[in-house]
Amino acid sequence: MERGVVLLDFWPSMFGMRTRIALAEKEIKYEYREEDLRNKSDLLLQMNPVHKKIPVLIHNGKPVCESLNQVQYIDEVWNDRAPLLPANTYKRANARFWADFVDKKIYDLGSKIWRTKGEEQEAAKKEFIDCLKLLEGELGDNHYFGGKDFGYVDVALVPFYCWFYAYEQCGNFSIEAECPKLIAWAKRCMQKESVAKSLADQEKIYEFVLHLKKVFGIE
Amino acid sequence: MSKADLVILDCWVSPFCMRVKIALNEKGLQYEARPEDLFGGKSELLLNSNPIYKKVPVFLHDGKPLCESTVIVNYIDETWSSPPLLPPCSYGRAQAHFWADYIDKKLFDACGNIWRSKGEVPVEAKTEFISILKQLEGALGDKDYFNGATFGFVDIIAIALTSWFFAVEKIGGFTVADECPKFSSWMKRCLKRESVAKVIPDPEKVYEFVLMFRKMLGID
Repeated sequence: MERGVVLLDFWPSMFGMRTRIALAEKEIKYEYREEDLRNKSDLLLQMNPVHKKIPVLIHNGKPVCESLNQVQYIDEVWNDRAPLLPANTYKRANARFWADFVDKKIYDLGSKIWRTKGEEQEAAKKEFIDCLKLLEGELGDNHYFGGKDFGYVDVALVPFYCWFYAYEQCGNFSIEAECPKLIAWAKRCMQKESVAKSLADQEKIYEFVLHLKKVFGIE
Repeated sequence: MSKADLVILDCWVSPFCMRVKIALNEKGLQYEARPEDLFGGKSELLLNSNPIYKKVPVFLHDGKPLCESTVIVNYIDETWSSPPLLPPCSYGRAQAHFWADYIDKKLFDACGNIWRSKGEVPVEAKTEFISILKQLEGALGDKDYFNGATFGFVDIIAIALTSWFFAVEKIGGFTVADECPKFSSWMKRCLKRESVAKVIPDPEKVYEFVLMFRKMLGID
C-alpha cells in the first residue's frame, strides 16, 4: 500500500467515484472500505466529524474530506504522474470553475429527477439538460474537458454518467437524444480503465434508486 | 502592472467581491473596481464575462475573465505568489480548502436564514448560525488566524462574510461577541489589517442596505 492510503466510501456515491478515479489514474494502491450509511463506522465519524459523510480519504492516518478536495490533494501529492489539473494557472482556475459548476448543479437536479413527479420533475429535467448543454459548450470539440488529456473536470463529472440511466428511467426521457456530444464524451471516458473500474454498473444504480424510492415512500 | 490590467466587476456590499479585493490588497496589487448596478441593469461586460451565473465578482486579468470568488482568490494566490495565502504543504492546503468549502456551504445560508426571516427569527436559525461559528472556532483553535500565525486564504473567505454580521445581529437579536467570543476576537484581529479595513464597509451602511433589500423582497 502506498504509505497508508484508505478510502471510506459507499459504492453508488458519485463523489466516492471521483476519488477512486483519481487514485486509479495515479496507480495508487489503497484500501477501500465500504461504509454502511445507516450505521456509520467510528472511523468515519472520527475522520469526518464535521459532515459525517463519505468519501473520506485517509493518508498516513490524516483525513482529507470533500471529493474535489481529495482529487486536488491526490494530484498535488502524486505529482509525478498523470496530471489532472492543468499547469497553466488560468486554465487551472477555469477547471476549478467548471468542477464547482458540476457540484452546484448536477447532483441536486439529478436527485430532483428521481425524487419528484409532475411539474417539479419536468422543471428539474429541463434545468438538468440546460446544464449539460452548458457543459457540452465548454467541452467544445475537445476529446476531454482537460483538452487532449483526461483531467479534473472529466473526473468531477463522469461519475454521474452511471446515474444517467436511473434519471432517464425515472424521468422518462433520453439524455443522449438531448446531449449526444456529452454522451459520446462519457463513452470515451469509459474506455479508460480508471473510469470503467471506478464507476458502478448503471443497472445496479437504478435498482438502488428504486430501493431508495421505496424507503422514502416515493412512487 | 498597470491598474487597467486588473479589473473587478464589483458591488460594494457583496462579501464575495470583498474577498477578491482583500486578496488583491494582500498581494499589494493595483486594480480597478468597477461598480455594477445589480438592480438597475448589469453591464454588457458582466453579462458577457459571466454568462453562466451573470453575477459579481468577475475578475479580469488582461481582459480574461474569472468567476466565483474562491476560484478567483486561488488564482490570485497562484499567479502572484508573495505573500502566500495558502500553507506550503499539500495537507495544509487540503485543510484550508475544506474550511473554505464549509464556510461557503454553511455560513452564507445561515446568515440568510436570519436576515431574510419574516417576523420573529426562528430559534433554529439562530442556533444553527451560532453552531457554525463554534465549529469555526474549533478550526481556529489557539491560532491567531485560520491560516496559522499569518493571515491567509480561509481568513479572507470568512472575514468577508462577517461584513453582514452586524445586520444579522440586529435582526436576530443577539451578538457574536456574546455567543462566540473567540470568533469575535479573530474578527477584530482581521479588521485591523489594512487590506481588510479598506474593503469591509461600515456595518451600519450594510445594515441599511439589508433593510432596504428586505423591503424590496417584500419581507418588510
